[in-house]
Amino acid sequence: MNADENLKKSVDAWKAKVGASLQKHPERRAQFVTGSGAPVERLYTPLDLEGRDQAAEIGLPGEYPYTRGVQTTMYRGRLWTMRQYAGFASAEESNKRYKYLLGQGQTGLSVAFDLPTQIGYDSDHPLAAGEVGKVGVAIDSLADMETLFDGIPLDQVSTSMTINAPAAVLLAMYIAVAEKQGVSADKLEGTIQNDILKEYVARGTYIFPPGPSMRLITDIFAYCSKSVPNWNTISISGYHIREAGSTAAQEVAFTLADGIAYVAAAVKAGLDVDEFGPRLSFFFNAHNDLFEEVAKFRAARRLWAALMRERFGAKNPKSLMLRFHTQTGGSTLTAQQPDNNVVRVAIQALSAVLGGTQSLHTNSKDEALALPTENSVRIALRTQQIIAYESGAAETVDPLAGSYYVESLTNRIEEEASAYLKRVDDLGGAVKAIEQGYVQQEIQDSAYRYQMEVEKGERVVVGLNKFQIDEGRPEGLLRVDPVVGERQVARLRELKAKRDDAKVKAALGELGAVAKGEGNLMPPILAAVRSYATLGEVCDVLRGVFGEYRPSVMF
Amino acid sequence: MERKIRVLVAKPGLDGHDRGAKVIARALRDDGMEVIYTGLRQTPEQIVQAAIQEDADVIALSILSGAHNHLFPRVTELLAAKGVRDILVIGGGVIPEEDYDYLKSKGVAAVFGPGTPTAATIEFIRANLKRS
Repeated sequence: MNADENLKKSVDAWKAKVGASLQKHPERRAQFVTGSGAPVERLYTPLDLEGRDQAAEIGLPGEYPYTRGVQTTMYRGRLWTMRQYAGFASAEESNKRYKYLLGQGQTGLSVAFDLPTQIGYDSDHPLAAGEVGKVGVAIDSLADMETLFDGIPLDQVSTSMTINAPAAVLLAMYIAVAEKQGVSADKLEGTIQNDILKEYVARGTYIFPPGPSMRLITDIFAYCSKSVPNWNTISISGYHIREAGSTAAQEVAFTLADGIAYVAAAVKAGLDVDEFGPRLSFFFNAHNDLFEEVAKFRAARRLWAALMRERFGAKNPKSLMLRFHTQTGGSTLTAQQPDNNVVRVAIQALSAVLGGTQSLHTNSKDEALALPTENSVRIALRTQQIIAYESGAAETVDPLAGSYYVESLTNRIEEEASAYLKRVDDLGGAVKAIEQGYVQQEIQDSAYRYQMEVEKGERVVVGLNKFQIDEGRPEGLLRVDPVVGERQVARLRELKAKRDDAKVKAALGELGAVAKGEGNLMPPILAAVRSYATLGEVCDVLRGVFGEYRPSVMF
Repeated sequence: MERKIRVLVAKPGLDGHDRGAKVIARALRDDGMEVIYTGLRQTPEQIVQAAIQEDADVIALSILSGAHNHLFPRVTELLAAKGVRDILVIGGGVIPEEDYDYLKSKGVAAVFGPGTPTAATIEFIRANLKRS
């Protein structure tokens, strides 16, 4: 008898024993499921991995298919970038918060813009009323961007900007600020989110219809591969898909489906996959089910490597590597007993580290209530530092590899995500699947299912539907002073009075002409922002040519 | 046949977080109400106009951007200006509790924070309709 048969025999014998034990000690539930609702078996053994070439599927770190991570030595060489998403009120106040975070040992910046900025409206636009400086910093022109990065040498930090529809404009402003600091564009490191497809699906800050939006994105790919070579030109985001309610497997599937659409669009525009491929980056969520989340990150890497190699013929190893940022799950935070969120965030952050993330944002405990205070942001950052320096999780590469459970989960998520990818392909790709509402419907169904499980008590959320206490009103929440909006509008008026209007007009005219044709939009956008044309003015020119996206509403 | 309760679920302001709005919309529909969801980025003017046009009994506002103190009262003011007194206005989202009193003083009948079961909102609507 060989080893396999021995194992089978002993597992069968064990199962027989379980049957007897269940009579006496029934299990807590009839069925056990992951955070995403996938079934969980009582025990995982090597038999669960039978018939698969696990050596090839798992591989080694820094080697295809990158299941174990994209770098050879992972965190033994360099820890992940600790990058807290921050920004609120005015450029001055955000600049102060950035300097504070850098002083506390944070290693990269992550800029949150307010909603008018994200949707390409100046602070004096009627729709901006009440929103200026609320969820991020208000940026109307290059002048604000100069203030935002005042005293922060742009050749020494990497900066991530959560900006999508008007990403080209904010990137142009960043390049222009660097120029003024004497830093050339090829020295810049950072990321723009620039992922419009998930805006249509889950996040909502779209401006233009899909066609011209995809053009803007490929124009950025083309421009940066020549002029800003160290810039991550897109951060293909599953984060918001998950926040909107998707399962872990749907998060992987719909994110990679969007990724496929971007690569296909760029290839169609004549770009070489191995030229822009290495600059693609990803952004995932981390929820509470530790093992499922680790498996998700590993499965995503394996799937992307194969997709890039087999579907797009990429040869450069860097094109095959799925590099990603992680943020802990905002929707998992409770407004009830908010201190408990520190623990949730720690588990989620640990999953991201065990899953091999390249950078990490940990949420603050008070984010179900308001923007975080400085104190709660510090706890969130300290959580990462404790994982990095005390937990031991960073001392060896991919420590959960070979766990029968984690490998089985990795395989399952890969299979489930592949099935969704096939369905999206059948619908004609991500853009079509989104236009038809397929992706949105799938996510909404999962969100609703989850909510009903919580309400029925099938799913325990500590402090929310179990272990509740009577609580007082939370104290000391951060509030954005309403005068921020007025001040920002005054600043904008001042700028418009000071600048050379003829220059602005000429630059905007040129931008309109290029938008109507087929040229790359980055150079005229750069010229426009250098002339201190405002974000709203630049976006209005593009709205005039491209039109605006009108979603179909369903629930 | 009894007329169904008609609810306009609306997203004022610019934030794109409508998971909650959609879950509520669906829960109300599953409870037998007629639900219209406006979609994102609706101005108070658009919301009030839609509510009147759709003959809504309830306007359920959802916002997560922090602009609630500005936008919710705009909705109730516009309703009052149009002489509409029988539409119940409720709100939800990431709204600090210390703002609840202010919003209530402005005519928002109830504010539901994160973690509220949909059943609680349904119960509130049924108990507080201004039309019978």
